[in-house]
Amino acid sequence: MNKIVRREMIVPNIHLLEISAPLIASKLKPGQFVIIRPDESGERVPLTVADWNPQEGTVTCFFLQVGTSTAKLAKLVAGDEVPTFVGPLGKPLEPQGLGRVVLAGGCYGIGSIYPLAKAFKLAGNRVTAMIEARSSFLLYWEDRLSQWSDELIISTADGSRGKRGHSASHLAELLQKGEKVDLVIVMGCTFMLSAVSEATRPFGVKTIVGLNTVMVDGTGMCGACRVEVGGKTLFACVDGPNFDGHQVNWELLRTRRRAYYLQETLSAER
Amino acid sequence: MAKISPTKTKMREQPPQERIKNFQEVPYGYSEEEAILEAQRCLQCPKPTCITGCPVEIDIPGFIGFIAKGDFPGAIRRLKEKNVLPAICGRVCPQEEQCEKLCILGKKLQPVGIGRLERFAADWEAAHGVPELPQRKRRTGKRIAVVGAGPAGLTVAGDLIQMGHEVTLFEALHEAGGVLVYGIPEFRLPKLIVGREVENLCKMGVKLVKNFVVGTTKTVDELLEEFNAVFLGTGAGLPWFMQLPGENLNGVYSANEYLTRVNLMKAYLFPQYDTPIQKGKRVATIGGGNVAMDSARTALRLGADYSMIIYRRSRVEMPARNEEIHHAEEEGVEFHFLTNPVGYYSDANGWVKEAECIKMRLGEPDSSGRRRPIPIERSNFRIPVDTVVVAIGNSPNPLVPSTTPGLETGRHGNIVTDELTGKTSKKGVFAGGDVATGAATVISAMGAGRKAARAIDEYVRTGKW
Repeated sequence: MNKIVRREMIVPNIHLLEISAPLIASKLKPGQFVIIRPDESGERVPLTVADWNPQEGTVTCFFLQVGTSTAKLAKLVAGDEVPTFVGPLGKPLEPQGLGRVVLAGGCYGIGSIYPLAKAFKLAGNRVTAMIEARSSFLLYWEDRLSQWSDELIISTADGSRGKRGHSASHLAELLQKGEKVDLVIVMGCTFMLSAVSEATRPFGVKTIVGLNTVMVDGTGMCGACRVEVGGKTLFACVDGPNFDGHQVNWELLRTRRRAYYLQETLSAER
Repeated sequence: MAKISPTKTKMREQPPQERIKNFQEVPYGYSEEEAILEAQRCLQCPKPTCITGCPVEIDIPGFIGFIAKGDFPGAIRRLKEKNVLPAICGRVCPQEEQCEKLCILGKKLQPVGIGRLERFAADWEAAHGVPELPQRKRRTGKRIAVVGAGPAGLTVAGDLIQMGHEVTLFEALHEAGGVLVYGIPEFRLPKLIVGREVENLCKMGVKLVKNFVVGTTKTVDELLEEFNAVFLGTGAGLPWFMQLPGENLNGVYSANEYLTRVNLMKAYLFPQYDTPIQKGKRVATIGGGNVAMDSARTALRLGADYSMIIYRRSRVEMPARNEEIHHAEEEGVEFHFLTNPVGYYSDANGWVKEAECIKMRLGEPDSSGRRRPIPIERSNFRIPVDTVVVAIGNSPNPLVPSTTPGLETGRHGNIVTDELTGKTSKKGVFAGGDVATGAATVISAMGAGRKAARAIDEYVRTGKW
């Protein structure tokens, strides 16, 4: 059992979950994920990690409330316990000194790029953080990201804050102007991941995307998370979850993510 | 002496038409009278051959002799000298390939129902109060980490705790049992029974740590700092697919996923449990092993109108236990022999709607000794399906090998071990079960665990590698 330290709706529908897990906190690396099961009848839910504190033994994740499992997570309060919190899972993104690195995040991914910003900054890179949301009130952690980035570029779809539009087009503009970028990493919804990948493709800038597939065990046993990358079937839980965005079969990913749409509705209505 | 009945005493079962509507166990097991009757068929051979067929060397005539006399506590005590999980083995061992195959009676008549009697003794004990726990030898103070709480790990843990060692059993999932809880369905092995056996191990002193992924939460090297030896029984890993067009469509599952959703995550109780599963009406399961039978029978219980097995060879080459094939046939599973899928087609939403297959014929025997299936040209045809379960096996779990320097692996990613001791290429590290051999049976994993436990005991006592 792992104890919830904090659970807070940080912006509408996006929750911060801080959980006590000393061993996992001492082991996590940027780009990895954990699996949480809210209760004994719950699903095994994969979450990317936004921060961890080895001294205090806590791990912080963000999640978007969408269905039954995340609704259960959204009801947790400090002091509650969850039966499963397991990790670290997936291959880490080892930071290297490359030059200039762009980290793009949307939705829960704004949190997920935070540990990457820190790691890539400490590895000596010039870090550009790009975050996006529908509107200004859906943004969070700008202060934390500013701390570890050389620039913070904010986009909102309605133009209420920062630039109007999406990170993908703003990144394309930047590249168009001839600015040199050595690596792009994107965390967020599938739409954003594919949009940024398409934006960088013509410029040949290496783009890593953190995929969020359906998973069951998350430890390389079931194959629910299979994705097609460069024409090969791979398993997001052990081969990823971070892949070359220019090689991902997005259509397949989107279709597979919709597999349980009907059941999800049924479960949520229960 | 009365004449020996030519056939095994029948085990009463749920009728097929009833049982395909529920997930309850199919056979009811023997009553005391039936068990005694069956036990009396045993000839009590002075030199029993059956024992040589048992990977864990159970004193078979010994425990059966006790049942024949009506001494059920005596029977279970004798069983447990060699087997910590009799309720499980009695249900899932391929006895017809092992002990029962070597039974002298079997030369002329049906062999003694050894598996059924083993199951009876274990169930009798569970139904009659507190199970007796085997004695632990004097404490050695040696600490052993067992990684993976499946059949191999449970056996190693049970043996080593009796030998007086301290045992910590690590499990990555949220339930102990490995394939016994995620793979084998409830109707074949009730999870209550697995839970009971695990609980007994814990009562004997095994420390169980669930939700712990050895390889990442802690590495094997880190475990070696805390423990005198490590046993790796991490089991099955990535499921195999056939690399066919359309194999990643929605509705195409690996058997691991299909069964894990249903068994471990209890998707058959959805939406009472949150994990969903596609309840297909026309389900094709690819493969001919026990896992394929489990999948096809699970599909029926989830409400399929047609549950098909597609197998590239013929019935005689199918690796599944006879009893499983028989049960599947009784329940109405359709068998398409000498048939192999070549691709899948989808509807507009990306769901599988047709499987394209090709007819096969059998050629000369291949390296496995079975006749090689050869495609018959231009024999392609399509079968309408809404769910496909690919049950053609899996490679060993990659998490430990990929995070353990100095651990030698084979061609399929399996951990290379010495067959007699389970020793790996890394000092202090042993392995057994599917992670060493590739997908095999519960009992062979237990047999490997038994051997490894002996070798671990010797190693931690002597320090000699």
